[in-house]
Amino acid sequence: MDVKVKILRYNPEVVDEAEWKTYSVTLQPTDRVLDALHKVKWEQDGTLTFRRSCAHGVCGSDAMRINGRNRLACKTLIKDLNPEKEITVEPIKGLPVLKDLVVDMEPFFDAYRAVMPFLVTSGHEPTRERIQSQADRDRFDDTTKCILCAACTTSCPVFWSDGQYFGPQAIVGAHRFIFDSRDEGTEQRLEILNDKEGVWRCRTTFNCTDACPRGIEVTKAIQEVKRALIFRRV
Amino acid sequence: MQQHQYDVIIVGAGGAGMRAALESSKRTRTAVLTKLYPTRSHTGAAQGGMCAALANVEEDNWEWHTFDTVKGGDFLVDQDAAEVMCREAVDAVLDLEKMGLPFNRTAEGKIDQRFFGGHTRNHGEAVVRRSCFAADRTGHMILQTLYQQCIKQNVEFFNEYYVLDLLMTDGKASGVVAYELVTGELHVFSAKSVIFASGGFGKVFRTTSNAHTLTGDGMGIVWRKGLPLEDMEFFQFHPTGLAGLGVLLSEAARGEGGILRNKDNERFMERYAPTVKDLAPRDMVARAMANEVREGRGCGPDGAYVMLDLTHLEPAHIDAKLPDITEFARTYLGVEPYTEQIPVFPTAHYAMGGIPTNIKGEALANNEDVIPGLYAAGEVACVSVHGANRLGTNSLLDINVFGRRAGIAAAEYAATAQFEELPADPEAYVVELVEGLRTSTGEERIAAIRADLQATMDLNAQVYRTEGSLKQALVDIEALKLRFANVGVQDKGKRFNTDLLEAVELGFLLDLAEVLVVSALERKESRGGHFREDYDKRDDVNFMRHTMAYREVDADGNETIRLDYKPVVQTRYKPMERKY
Repeated sequence: MDVKVKILRYNPEVVDEAEWKTYSVTLQPTDRVLDALHKVKWEQDGTLTFRRSCAHGVCGSDAMRINGRNRLACKTLIKDLNPEKEITVEPIKGLPVLKDLVVDMEPFFDAYRAVMPFLVTSGHEPTRERIQSQADRDRFDDTTKCILCAACTTSCPVFWSDGQYFGPQAIVGAHRFIFDSRDEGTEQRLEILNDKEGVWRCRTTFNCTDACPRGIEVTKAIQEVKRALIFRRV
Repeated sequence: MQQHQYDVIIVGAGGAGMRAALESSKRTRTAVLTKLYPTRSHTGAAQGGMCAALANVEEDNWEWHTFDTVKGGDFLVDQDAAEVMCREAVDAVLDLEKMGLPFNRTAEGKIDQRFFGGHTRNHGEAVVRRSCFAADRTGHMILQTLYQQCIKQNVEFFNEYYVLDLLMTDGKASGVVAYELVTGELHVFSAKSVIFASGGFGKVFRTTSNAHTLTGDGMGIVWRKGLPLEDMEFFQFHPTGLAGLGVLLSEAARGEGGILRNKDNERFMERYAPTVKDLAPRDMVARAMANEVREGRGCGPDGAYVMLDLTHLEPAHIDAKLPDITEFARTYLGVEPYTEQIPVFPTAHYAMGGIPTNIKGEALANNEDVIPGLYAAGEVACVSVHGANRLGTNSLLDINVFGRRAGIAAAEYAATAQFEELPADPEAYVVELVEGLRTSTGEERIAAIRADLQATMDLNAQVYRTEGSLKQALVDIEALKLRFANVGVQDKGKRFNTDLLEAVELGFLLDLAEVLVVSALERKESRGGHFREDYDKRDDVNFMRHTMAYREVDADGNETIRLDYKPVVQTRYKPMERKY
């Protein structure tokens, strides 16, 4: 079928402002939006620029705004988008655009790195593995699925308007360790997130949960971190 | 052009690169250069697990694991290396747990283990639960955990820096040249040690589980320096790729009880491997599947695939142990694995060959001599622990054991070595390569050449090969190389030029495809992942040896590939017929 794909193009080497360009491509209904972008790049316009790697939803390279919603291009099938109408593709919002669909990921990764996203322990290490029950392991399973694609953070209206907010992903990254029974860094991590640009900026919009391509209940994780802060302090 | 100096440079930030970085950066000034963000690396796509004889759920020991690795590799494995890997596997898994990796747990809270193809108890008696796992996203967890540890340890990354050349001085590694993707600027890094950990080259094939970015850059760079590549004819085809797409469905699906069926609903693996059935090594299962299809017992309208059946498993069990791969089936094929069988066909998955190294991770210039300061680990390397066919889970093990070893060895070497003087105009080759492509006005499209390469490789150098098919592939590759000389890059800019990047990558793919095919032509036997219909038996008299391929350029600039051979290291195990 012939599908029209409207892409927000921007190359600061050439133009001052982003502009929409529409391309017509022939696709199968089961093709992915990534296939559409590849067809444009490979057959029509080699200057079209986007990131991608694994092409099946595990590397997190190709989060973009497709028909107004944050998704992974490699996990979004044409048939699920109403291909009768034009499909719009633009970069994720709230991060500086470097070129076309490529944004500067550094602010996003800075926020992740700031929440101590690593296991903190004290004392001597055991000879064998640390013992953890499957129930304790399941407690933080959901947030271990994160692939750092930024779909959640860049769907958050607070993040759009407030450049300081950690954003949903960083809180997910912290949650993964706060609720890990082996970890001893919870107090420090909670203190970081108790900042005025921390969890309290969340307005429970649920955009992040809707956006997550891994099905993580992001808003729930944020609420759990809020609750942990309250009950440890009150 | 910018200049930098580090004791150790690591090229690639997947599992092997980051595991090396954790060791090296503890000891000395280290930088990691990666063409992607670290968490995009394809280690994250590995699913089923990492084997180690922890014996948490049943009796096991590392010697059995070694035997399985050697037999699984069809006796082309260097047995000293396999012993090292399987012995150190236990600590490698425990180290990851201590770093925070969220393994699935047993009832006692220990690391849980499950079945995997080719892993057996007591030298093939029965299958054994040896694979340590985190659902079907073990690679994802390893990649994330290693990245988290790198954050903790303040490892210095240069993200989206594409290394395009290795600098050598008097036969020693002295640095690398990298292209910064965002700006198009070149960077020369002077270093005492360079570790390649840049992954495989699955994109020479059309149907592959590999990422778009797996274009063999590290192997290609070393190759163009005249350094050898080992056992390049051995490429693994994973049995269960989603039909038509090649997306990986873990062997864990069969480890958890999944069954392969043909159009008669027959469990056909009972005919090919009566003892371990669906859990035979990958090369055997892939060939069996291809054979079912060739003999007319395939499924679907064109009889082009077979079915993976999980319908007899409890949905709750599937959700707990195989959540991601069942989601792939739903997303990409619209198949519900609780109630429907999943169409699958072999997909190009893993390069057993690569840059030859010893067990310390030191790269070799020939059969004996190490290249001072040069190291390799992971899929880019050939130790050789995988021989002619890698066992499932042994790649996640390989990156952890040999990533660690290369990181230590590189840092220790740097502690006493001096910085070598860089060659005059160190960036000259890369300037010529990059500017030549960027300013080219050729007519040929990058994607068209690549698609033709992948088509001929899928047709002629896949699960079944013959002299005729390989010669055809070679003719096609030569023609494609001529077309590549006339390739056009449309994006003429400096900024984030992925068009240019794809052209460079295609150049590496063409080089490596040729090495693969030339090596395969001369191996007139069938062993592991390399199956020749015209020589369908293993031939230990003539071919119990590693292939060593060298690029040679004569006075007129003509390139040829010279093949040499290297003996296989045998310690405990004598070659035997491979039955399962």
